[in-house]
Amino acid sequence: MPVLDAKGHVVTDAWVRIADDAPLPDAPAILSLARLRAETLAGRNAPLGLALDPATQPEEIAELLPRLALVAVPLPKSKDGRAFTQARALREHFGFTGEIRATGHVLPDQWRMLRRCGVSTVELPEGADAAQWQRSRDVIDIAYQPSPSEMTEDGAPPAGSALGLRRRRLAA
Amino acid sequence: MNAFVAPIALPNPAHPAQARTYRYDAVDREFLQERIAEFSDQIARRLRGELTEDEFKPLRLMNGLYLQLHAYMYRIAIPYGILNATQLRQLAMIARRWDRGYGHFTTRQNIQFNWTRLEDVPDIMRALADVDMHAIQTSGNCIRNTTTDEYAGADPEEAADPRIYAEIIRQWSTLHPEFTWLPRKFKIAITGAPQDRVAMQVHDVGLVVKRDAAGAIGFEIWAGGGLGRTPVLATKLRDWVPEAELLAYLEAVLRVYNALGNRDNIYKARIKILVRDMGDAFRERVEREFARLPQRAYRLDPEVVAEIAAHFAPPPFARLADNPPAYAAALAGNAEFAAWAKQSVRAHRQPGYASVTISLKPIGGIPGDASAEQMEAVARLAERHSFGEIRVSHVQNLVLPHVRQEDLPAVWQGLREAGLATPNIGLVSDIIACPGMDYCALATARSIPVAQMISERFADLDRQHDIGECFINISGCINACGHHHVGHIGILGVDKRGAESYQITLGGSATNDAALGELVGPGFPYDKVTDAVETILRTYLAERAAGERFVDTYRRIGLGPFKEALYASA
Repeated sequence: MPVLDAKGHVVTDAWVRIADDAPLPDAPAILSLARLRAETLAGRNAPLGLALDPATQPEEIAELLPRLALVAVPLPKSKDGRAFTQARALREHFGFTGEIRATGHVLPDQWRMLRRCGVSTVELPEGADAAQWQRSRDVIDIAYQPSPSEMTEDGAPPAGSALGLRRRRLAA
Repeated sequence: MNAFVAPIALPNPAHPAQARTYRYDAVDREFLQERIAEFSDQIARRLRGELTEDEFKPLRLMNGLYLQLHAYMYRIAIPYGILNATQLRQLAMIARRWDRGYGHFTTRQNIQFNWTRLEDVPDIMRALADVDMHAIQTSGNCIRNTTTDEYAGADPEEAADPRIYAEIIRQWSTLHPEFTWLPRKFKIAITGAPQDRVAMQVHDVGLVVKRDAAGAIGFEIWAGGGLGRTPVLATKLRDWVPEAELLAYLEAVLRVYNALGNRDNIYKARIKILVRDMGDAFRERVEREFARLPQRAYRLDPEVVAEIAAHFAPPPFARLADNPPAYAAALAGNAEFAAWAKQSVRAHRQPGYASVTISLKPIGGIPGDASAEQMEAVARLAERHSFGEIRVSHVQNLVLPHVRQEDLPAVWQGLREAGLATPNIGLVSDIIACPGMDYCALATARSIPVAQMISERFADLDRQHDIGECFINISGCINACGHHHVGHIGILGVDKRGAESYQITLGGSATNDAALGELVGPGFPYDKVTDAVETILRTYLAERAAGERFVDTYRRIGLGPFKEALYASA
């Protein structure tokens, strides 16, 4: 499936999703938690990703994070917003700096907020209109609260983005 | 004359005093235009088939558009229930131009129009934006309008001003990146007065703003209250959260709810179920989340509070004395005025002033409805007599918060001319009712006509005054929008094998002594509810001890005598 990258470009997916009973390739692979736990990973150099279950709390996988280059957070239905909290916890509490990918039934209208929660990429449905995703992301560029993706060490908005009170201008 | 002495500012009638509420600046207005552009694009994509109805529904709900029985209902936000006169006039204009000439004020201090056409919505949004209003987050599974005390800033007993924090919460919750796709709707109420007028304990989060011995501001935090089909009173999470940590604490509560709230069953998805099922573990989880949040990022800085607080500075009150001769004379000389004043006029913190509650419950009327003409009349009175400010109360009435006592006869006269001077505030005809089957797609029974019948039965105001304080709340289905669980007398309409049946509960309360009513017995058919209410009130009158309100008598004698009176003959 195509992937929308952080800049809003549609790119080919470098990752493959591996079923629990399929062999592990020597290439970037996204596994389930059960598979990841069962696998002997010693000696593997190719990047590893984890497909998080919506009900799994990030703290349950904290010990795995140093090995992971990608965590996929799912929206089983567009209105199921647990991924927003999963992404934010990964960034805020566990300092995860790898790729966080939103998967499942994601709407263009959710991309801005997902990004603000720390999501870097979105798995798109086939034939998605990338221009619409960009439009939906950029139509509102004022925010009334901080978020981890746009915060300096002391919690202040990045230079030049402060708009008074707790408001800030979001970068495109 | 000394040129350096500033002239005394005289009120200029062409520039009515600005209501004390948050005033938008260019940033807020730009944001509103962006939101309109976003929703307009979403409507267009829905019409082109690029969004399915399932995908579009949460988007339109978060913009206040609700599909009802006959038409779209458009619910417009009145943040913490404060309006200025210009805004109320604009609502009157919208009612006249795009609706049927009236609007309905809700228990969450909003207003809704019941006959909106989808194609008019972009125009209505622009008309609202012209007066810094919108319909953002008035529906949907997100953080809704934060409600507060209708007498905030006027109440003589208030410990701290809840409006400042309601506005801070409004801004914080507006398009919150993490909490816009919650398991279910999320309602916050905040009070700063010893007397709870916001039904704090039946909200997802209830806040009490208070001061410590040194005068510093902090918050009592309650969570997990709610009505609906599983009524629960809130649990206190913390007795004191310092002002600077308010938003961090709310982030922690919402984060635990978003992560763990039920996503499979809509009837178990409110935070009340999570709090009830987790018990103490919920509080522990919130505390753990709170402890590890990057505190600096979520800190509420005193500079921000001060800047917001400036918007709520007291209006330029004149130095007056209480009980001026004009008021005293009118009270003594006009029994009708005195009867109204007894129910509608409330003490104010500023000598010589009063708060006036305007009844939207005329005998036989629809609770909470106001016509465009009535809205304009109230706007005019607010400009003349209340610094241009109007409040909406959670019992679906309006308030002029700051009226000179000497102006009360003129205000009463103006309200009378508009049909708004029914002296029934707090009495049996001051009924909360949901729209019921007359409008709502979820309803299983009518509620408005029941309210009307009861109101007409007790039309004799002397009788209402004799009965005294008694809150009747009516819901047309178990979702409980009419707050029946917390009415002194609660009425719930259900469908029983194709016929409307009304279950009655007694002894509920939404204030400091919050309680859920007890079911008195089997339900009553539509045409027998009013008789049942009358029987209940006759029983009270026969049993009451001196000075007892209905709910006091009920608490003393219990259900027994009421049950007996209602069912003995059956």
